[in-house]
Amino acid sequence: MTLDVRPRAAPASRPRRVLAHARLELVMLLRNGEQLLLTVVLPLGLLVALALTDIIDVGGSTREERLAIVVPGMVALAVLSTSFTALAIQTGFERRYGVLRRIGTTPLTRSDVLGGKSLAVLTIETAQVLVLSGVGAAMGWRPDPVGLVLMVPLVLVGSAALATLALLLAGVARAEATLALANLAYLVLASAGVVIPVEKAPDGVQPFLELLPSAALAESLRIATMDGSVNGYLVAVLVVWATLAGAGVSRWFRWE
Amino acid sequence: MSDGAPTPPAMPALSVSGLVKRYGERTVVDSLDLDAAQGAVTAVLGPNGAGKTTTLEICEGLRNADLGSIRVLGQSPRDPTLRARVGVMLQEGGVYGSVSAVEALTHAAALYESPQGVSDLVDALGLAEVATVPSRRLSGGQRQRLGVALAIVGRPELVFLDEPTAGLDPQSRRAVWELIASLRDAGVAVVLTTHYLEEAEHLADHVVIMDHGRTLASGHPHDLVSSVASRTLRFTAESGLHLQGLEKRLPHGSTAVEVSPGTYLVTSPDLSEAMGHVSAWCIDLGINPTGISSEQRTLEDVFLDLTGDDLRP
Repeated sequence: MTLDVRPRAAPASRPRRVLAHARLELVMLLRNGEQLLLTVVLPLGLLVALALTDIIDVGGSTREERLAIVVPGMVALAVLSTSFTALAIQTGFERRYGVLRRIGTTPLTRSDVLGGKSLAVLTIETAQVLVLSGVGAAMGWRPDPVGLVLMVPLVLVGSAALATLALLLAGVARAEATLALANLAYLVLASAGVVIPVEKAPDGVQPFLELLPSAALAESLRIATMDGSVNGYLVAVLVVWATLAGAGVSRWFRWE
Repeated sequence: MSDGAPTPPAMPALSVSGLVKRYGERTVVDSLDLDAAQGAVTAVLGPNGAGKTTTLEICEGLRNADLGSIRVLGQSPRDPTLRARVGVMLQEGGVYGSVSAVEALTHAAALYESPQGVSDLVDALGLAEVATVPSRRLSGGQRQRLGVALAIVGRPELVFLDEPTAGLDPQSRRAVWELIASLRDAGVAVVLTTHYLEEAEHLADHVVIMDHGRTLASGHPHDLVSSVASRTLRFTAESGLHLQGLEKRLPHGSTAVEVSPGTYLVTSPDLSEAMGHVSAWCIDLGINPTGISSEQRTLEDVFLDLTGDDLRP
């Protein structure tokens, strides 16, 4: 045994701790094959399929019109898959493996953990947005330039709303229940205003669809990239979701 | 003690007194006292359900005590500065299933200013061959060793190890023992729970035997064995003797039980008087006892006498 075990205990700086945790969360998120399918392959495949064919009527008669509807929708779908489904499942199993419990005995604080998770999620989402926008542009997507800039804050707000909901689910339910519910919610939310725009739904249903965080994100991204404007109502929906779920997380999230 | 190791302060690394923890109606820890010194190994022994893990978790800041005073390195257990100074190995590994030993240790090391080298730790704990295997595919023993490595990666002053050698093969157990001994020699306070009396006997400077949430006895393993031995005597005779007659003769506070068929155990505050009564009682009954002795050889005998319970792994 040549280990020098003399005490020299001191915590690393907060940025180093957060970065270390972000790196681990990123590795875990990217390693999960099914999640990668959900976060990258599915939105990209749907983007190409919906723009080139009319197997699903998303509105728009030309390819360019369809791209204007589909690309922001797929960005929202990508955010839904990463911020909500992947984050919820990963956090649920972290609780189940006792990871969060053990971490509670190390210098990694709860805010470090949340910071690391956010950084990991935003890193993946940056890549998702770049790939989807790039492929969209290559196929003829011509968004409003102001709208392109607006995508950044909109994705951040939408991501915050969906991520806090994910933490709320993962923090109260068992890991298996989280897995099932996160996947089920993904299917329901994806078809309700994300892949298919809200305006394709019956008139009576549309106001309710716009209250869903995923649909509010998709619609606000469509409006921004088409007109270069911000829909205050939809942004307010996202902010309210983030606030409510955030309060729920700080109240009910169980770390073990 | 190696050169340059910090001088151990006079205060104990861990000081627990009057600790009480209840889960609803059930009292899991009941007025427990526990001290652990710097540069020493303190082993907490007890049957399952004795309250060992709960006690450790309270000291680790994972649970709140209902009553009692706990000082960890002079601080309250939830003091945030302790998180760097105290290393913890929980009974359940706490490593994500898809993460390998190297990844988990690299992550943990990055949380400290001057951590152990990850590859040194991997070698020291014999994890080199499985260093990159997802932790869910590790054997129970390998996971245990990863838990020990995670507890010491930050060069802590105090280490809590909850059953560090449970399920280890003899070689791995040896390696963990050596590591624990080197921690002690370097001035680290080690507090561990164990099911292995042999482990406590060989490794510990201080043993605390607990059951039903209470401290039954504590001290250096050697002193513990001799002090309890000085109050206990054993003899063998035919089985099924009625002991009420004997108990009436013995000094106040004495007990007599048949621990196994034909083996009798007498506990008494005055052993020499008890010895005389046992002999006289046997003569009266016309029995010929053999092997009357006040000798106990191992900590296990002490443990069984105190808890009346087998250690169940």
